[in-house]
Amino acid sequence: MRILGLMRADAASEAGAPPSPELMERMGVFIGEVMQAGVLLATDGLHPSARGKRVKVAKGKTTVTDGPFTESKELVASYALFQVKDMDEAVMWTKRFLECVGEGECELRPIFDPTDFAPGVLPAEQVEREQAWRKEMDERLAKS
Amino acid sequence: MATDTPAADTHRAIDAVWRIEQAKLIAGLARMVRDVALAEELAQDALVAALEQWPASGIPEKPGAWLMTTAKRRAIDRLRRHKLTERKHAEIGRDLDSEQESALAHIDDALDDDIGDDLLRLMFTACHPVLSTEARVALTLRLIGGLTTDEIARAFLAPEPTIAQRLVRAKRTLTEQRVAFEVPRGADRGERLSSVLEVLYLVFNEGYTATAGDDWMRPQLCQEALRLGRILAGLASNEPEVHGLVALMEIQASRFAARTSPSGEPVLLLDQNRARWDQLLIRRGLAALEQAEAQARAQNRPQGSYALQAAIAACHARARRAEETDWLRIVGHYGALAELAPSPIVDLNRAVALSFAFGPEAGLTLVDAIGAEPALKNYHLLPGVRGDLLVKLGRHREARAEFERAASLTRNERERALLLKRAAECDAAASAAP
Repeated sequence: MRILGLMRADAASEAGAPPSPELMERMGVFIGEVMQAGVLLATDGLHPSARGKRVKVAKGKTTVTDGPFTESKELVASYALFQVKDMDEAVMWTKRFLECVGEGECELRPIFDPTDFAPGVLPAEQVEREQAWRKEMDERLAKS
Repeated sequence: MATDTPAADTHRAIDAVWRIEQAKLIAGLARMVRDVALAEELAQDALVAALEQWPASGIPEKPGAWLMTTAKRRAIDRLRRHKLTERKHAEIGRDLDSEQESALAHIDDALDDDIGDDLLRLMFTACHPVLSTEARVALTLRLIGGLTTDEIARAFLAPEPTIAQRLVRAKRTLTEQRVAFEVPRGADRGERLSSVLEVLYLVFNEGYTATAGDDWMRPQLCQEALRLGRILAGLASNEPEVHGLVALMEIQASRFAARTSPSGEPVLLLDQNRARWDQLLIRRGLAALEQAEAQARAQNRPQGSYALQAAIAACHARARRAEETDWLRIVGHYGALAELAPSPIVDLNRAVALSFAFGPEAGLTLVDAIGAEPALKNYHLLPGVRGDLLVKLGRHREARAEFERAASLTRNERERALLLKRAAECDAAASAAP
């Protein structure tokens, strides 16, 4: 299964301070290990929320808000996309990652898989609707 | 999870530690004791110790190191005990053996500094040519993949005792034949590496052919093969074909969601909804292919067959619509593949690619050349492809005969029905034509 790990932002990541060389070194070793284990599909760090935007549509009205955003508990500093056997394995890798960083908090969220929508799981009309939508996307893509 | 007891939590955490550590553990121990079966036993002993102690003591800070230390201690105990009994029987012979072995180990260590990886040795050993292909597959999934006997049995639709026996026999064979726990070098290496790659690709294909309604363990095999491939690519990063195989598997896996219709019928590549292809896997596949090509160039080696197959898959992956496929390039890749590993399947695919690149006439010429080979007279895919090309040329009467012939040669019921349907369509088209 695929699991998305979201590392919570903290004051340092929001300040945009680059990690210390020692931390970079430790992280490098860790990422090498996860890569080598064949379980890390992708990972990246995010710029501080000061460089981000929020887009909101409500009651037909669009609002775009510039960062920074204050509620740092809801902010994300980096992500990692795992391909693992189960959630427990992702928890173990995340634990190791946080130990390597020192401290921090990650949220792990399983990603929907095609097999979550195995034949028969979705009602036929929904499958049709999805297919029509996909087809339209295809055609638009083709035109672009 | 809030509903779990702490003990159940610890057990699940131990499972996760085991999944992450067991291959490295077995590999490290195998180098030490020079016996895969014994190494696996020692690793299992360490797991049992963890299951006994960790629920009370908590999970140690470095669980992998804890398991290794525990297993090593047991290994030393065993070797001592073993030595005492052996002494009584064949003192001299055995001593000589172990002396030679430890000397070899030192040489190995010195030589292996650049590769230096027990895991790689374990892969080569599990895929050793003294074992049958089935045994190589089972042993690889067990020792490196960490799958249970039950999981392997379910994945291969075999009874569990059959797999259990296969594993026991395989390990016994390795011990009896005194298969060296090493990374092969020199002339041997290419062939041995091929065996490892073949095993991984077999596992992948076994998973890829799984259909809806199969045990969930079967499609899981694709993930397992990919994971092992990615591990191998990290361990043998200078081997172009390792990257080639990984690229091929990543790109094929990217089509997983698109290759069956909502009702479970297979969808052919050119008819697949490309919006459902997994772009992340495609990107990974293209990156692996670049690695394969760069390594081959740097070492002045020609592209291997996995890299060529991956290059063909990449041509499809890059095309956002089927009509945008670079058939010319595909023709070139099939040509190289045909030179490297001549096979009627490759030729037939090349004929199909030719027909897309230069029109059905060009494809037909090659198909007829293949068909002239007496050994391939009854090759069932041939008339099907030929019929297809004839339809495109508007030669419906001839096409009909080809589809009927193809239907009489295939053993697959579903395929036969499809071919007969196409023959009937040719009839209709022929009578409609002026």
